[in-house]
Amino acid sequence: MNTDHPIICLNNISFSYPGADAPVLDQLDFDFYAGERTGLVAPNGSGKTTLFQIVMGLLKPDSGHIKIFGKTVSEEKDFVAVRPRIGLLFQDADDQLFSPTVLEDVAFGPLNLGKSKQEAVAISRRMLSSLGLEGFEDRITLKLSGGEKRLVALAAVLAMQPEVLLLDEPSAGLDEKTKEHLVGILKNLDISYIIVSHEFDFLAGLAESIYTLQNGKIVLDTELHLHEHVHAHTYGRQPHKHD
Amino acid sequence: MIDEPFAHGSSIIHRIDPRFKAVFAGALSVATAVSYRFEALFFALGLSLLLVIAARLAMGLVIKKLMVVVGFLLLLWLVLPLTFEGEVFTRIGPVKITRPGLILSAQITLKSLSILMMFIALVTTASLVTLGHAMDRLGIPAKIVHLLLMSYRYIFVIEQEYRRLSRAAAVRGFTPGTNLHTYRTYAYLVGMIFVRAAERADQVYKAMRCRGFNGRFYCLAEFPAHRRNWIFAGLMTISLAVLVLLEFTNAAQVLT
Repeated sequence: MNTDHPIICLNNISFSYPGADAPVLDQLDFDFYAGERTGLVAPNGSGKTTLFQIVMGLLKPDSGHIKIFGKTVSEEKDFVAVRPRIGLLFQDADDQLFSPTVLEDVAFGPLNLGKSKQEAVAISRRMLSSLGLEGFEDRITLKLSGGEKRLVALAAVLAMQPEVLLLDEPSAGLDEKTKEHLVGILKNLDISYIIVSHEFDFLAGLAESIYTLQNGKIVLDTELHLHEHVHAHTYGRQPHKHD
Repeated sequence: MIDEPFAHGSSIIHRIDPRFKAVFAGALSVATAVSYRFEALFFALGLSLLLVIAARLAMGLVIKKLMVVVGFLLLLWLVLPLTFEGEVFTRIGPVKITRPGLILSAQITLKSLSILMMFIALVTTASLVTLGHAMDRLGIPAKIVHLLLMSYRYIFVIEQEYRRLSRAAAVRGFTPGTNLHTYRTYAYLVGMIFVRAAERADQVYKAMRCRGFNGRFYCLAEFPAHRRNWIFAGLMTISLAVLVLLEFTNAAQVLT
């Protein structure tokens, strides 16, 4: 793939929710190139989810241009063509897993892409087993645990064989073990991705560059910030030093 | 949460193709519902009892489920014999108890118990998910099938949202009473659930579009053919024929 042209190119994007005082995204520019692994760390309500939904064409920006894979996308039919190539993992897995059983949910994407039932089932089984979810095929989606739901949702997105992944708070609400499992999976994927998170430790292991959203714009955070940690340990009341 | 206490089992009824079961549950209950002769109704009751026994369900639980209609039936027994016009059967003091009222109450009781037991034996012995797939295979419009399956999927999520909201109210000292404050709080709660359900639907639809949804649903389930399905179909067809014959011919008189 040509790395000179960004695969996602956002130009001068502004978006505000009705009734809000300030725009969530304010003349935002952002280029994302193939092979990049980018983190986006920002507080809640700063527009991260909005940004992803604009890229997918689920929300329409008030102004600006979007180019995906080198083509301008503005109407629904343009987005329909690019959506299968970009996998968006929703923040709440319950939004994503609507089918009664796991296998049906993972097969939903491939079937929509025109694959036959046999192919779709084969892809889904392969995807489930590569994420360590063998034997989950006939489980009822609503009875899965939070971590299992997240992994199944990821399998469902990956089953469409996208070229880019957009992950919205993938580590939120996961226990340490599942989080490690997820980090392992993402590290071994041969795919470009953008991860939104507010867990710095999680991002640090997965992203090559980390951006922040400030006042509706994406900013590369390269400066070193001096900050202090409050920490606790036994005998902490005694005067002492740390090196 | 919807629990499906009868859905899993290893009885012969559980192993029959859900499509066959659904079709005969429908046909038998319609035939029972339009029958009036006691020969036919007692046959239906016997048949439904046999089916429940064949499905080897926990009897205590079956009775518990039947209790839901029994309360309603008791009310009918209290009202109908007293209010229905017709030949007087007996009098208790100034109150007339009419024969047609008694007959009608008995018919309704037999019908509702039989139909309920048929559904318990034939329909609830498959999970709702399997049943949805069976409906799809029977040619029921995909939109209806998916409405059923998605309601099943999200009713639990909506219930959790309801619980979250009522916990939030409870931890702030809300105790329901018979006052305007309580009614208003419940109205807010219900309103909030609707808002959240709508938002949820919006998100789910977005997620579906991200995965290339174009208005078509696919069904992956396969129902393997087996001889026992056809034996079941044969037995049920005979039962259905007997039920219809008992209703429409004077079979009882022919026999005596």
